[in-house]
Amino acid sequence: MPNAESGFFAWVWFFVQTYGPMFLRGAGTTLLIALTGTLAGFLIGLGVGVVRTIPCRREDGALRWALLRAVRGILAVYIEVFRSTPMIVQAMVIYYGCAQLFGLNLPQLLAGFAIVSINTGAYLSEIMRGGIQSVDPGQREAAAAIGLTHGQTMRSVVLPQAIRNTLPALGNEFVVNIKDTSVLNVISVSELFFVSKSAAGTYFKYFEVFFITSVIYFVMTFACTRLLRLLEKKMDGPENYTIHGSQTVPEGELKLKGGDAR
Amino acid sequence: MSESAQTILSVRHLSKSFGDHRVLRDVDFDVRAGEVVCIIGASGSGKSTLLRCMNRLETPDGGAVEYRGETVGAPGFDLARYRTRVGMVFQQFNLFANMNVLQNCVVGQMKALHRSRAESEQNAMRFLERVGMKAFIHAKPRQLSGGQKQRVAIARALAMDPEVLLFDEPTSALDPEMVGEVLDVMRRLAASGLTMLVVTHEMAFARDVSDRVVFMDEGVIVEQGAPEQLFTHPAQPRTREFLRRVL
Repeated sequence: MPNAESGFFAWVWFFVQTYGPMFLRGAGTTLLIALTGTLAGFLIGLGVGVVRTIPCRREDGALRWALLRAVRGILAVYIEVFRSTPMIVQAMVIYYGCAQLFGLNLPQLLAGFAIVSINTGAYLSEIMRGGIQSVDPGQREAAAAIGLTHGQTMRSVVLPQAIRNTLPALGNEFVVNIKDTSVLNVISVSELFFVSKSAAGTYFKYFEVFFITSVIYFVMTFACTRLLRLLEKKMDGPENYTIHGSQTVPEGELKLKGGDAR
Repeated sequence: MSESAQTILSVRHLSKSFGDHRVLRDVDFDVRAGEVVCIIGASGSGKSTLLRCMNRLETPDGGAVEYRGETVGAPGFDLARYRTRVGMVFQQFNLFANMNVLQNCVVGQMKALHRSRAESEQNAMRFLERVGMKAFIHAKPRQLSGGQKQRVAIARALAMDPEVLLFDEPTSALDPEMVGEVLDVMRRLAASGLTMLVVTHEMAFARDVSDRVVFMDEGVIVEQGAPEQLFTHPAQPRTREFLRRVL
């Protein structure tokens, strides 16, 4: 074990040797939560996006109209609340709230997964809605004109195109989640940040440990970003690839001409 | 066209406004079985809106469209089924971008008419052959030229075995050299006895192919009649004025 006179790299090497498997397990947990949370968030976003784009006209029946309006109101509140508060605060409120209000002691990993899913769902809901609305209205008209119902039109024509257009935003959300799951350390989810904090605290060597931690985060996000770009290139997209939504501006659109995609 | 032929579609006192702009004012006319009707008129005269009201892509403000005596859009009216009977071809083609040519012609048959895949594909191939697009069944819409897209769109509409096809300026978005191939297909369809309602700026097509020409201006039907009569002896000054400009 290095002593007080040992240099920076001696300590770094010590931590890599001693805590290597622990770091890797932490990184694995981080990836697991980020991946499952993003996928669940995508399903939430898809569902919310679909509900929010159901045509809502009073003449189709007052009850249906009222119900749809009520559900939409609730969904709008969900999206606004989760987009307007930090995930670190959401984690505290949900985890300790569940314990105090319902006497529900969630396992940390499950709580982490739930928090990331709900948070990502809120962001992706807006992005999916934008993606659905951005599909050329002529596509919907053509589907209606051959007798497809709204549901059939969505499933066969609109959603495949909307999902395609929002895939880059989905990949982006995944990369963001790899980094943002670090906030789950406040509810003791043993992801990479939590593991690092424990290791560093034992020896009071924060700089050395978090140097290793940042390298691991960088490798994970960089590798995933590259992998996603490769995937996007493989997919034959429309001539004008429209990328939908960023975390701050869900209405945002970025049109890429085929070929110049980065 | 004999007067006794069955009336398929009737437009009764149809009106439609977009904001303050009255696009259709009290439009009244019938389409009979086997008839080819061309609607001509200047841009903004309400031709396309009339067609879009007829298959309910637009909701009229007043009046009604009747299909074999049933009011389109009335409570209990099966709109999806009606649309399988009255097909539409769009100016912008609107082929489904996520499907290849064959899938475009199959999806409606399977989902709206509940035909089997084999039957739908066989039927689709028959119509794709008729429009000369059989060799392109695996192509995606973006790989096709405008004229090819429109021919596929026509095959897609025909594959539903409709009673009537509505054409909304089918050649207006095409490069000049592609107009001919689409009009050829439409000529053959007209000759085969299909009931067609065509909004068009192609005066030669209207004159040669239609049984009846309807001239619209500022949201009203100004004049209608047999093509030779309307083109050579228009009764109304507005018709004469329009024809002088376009012929």
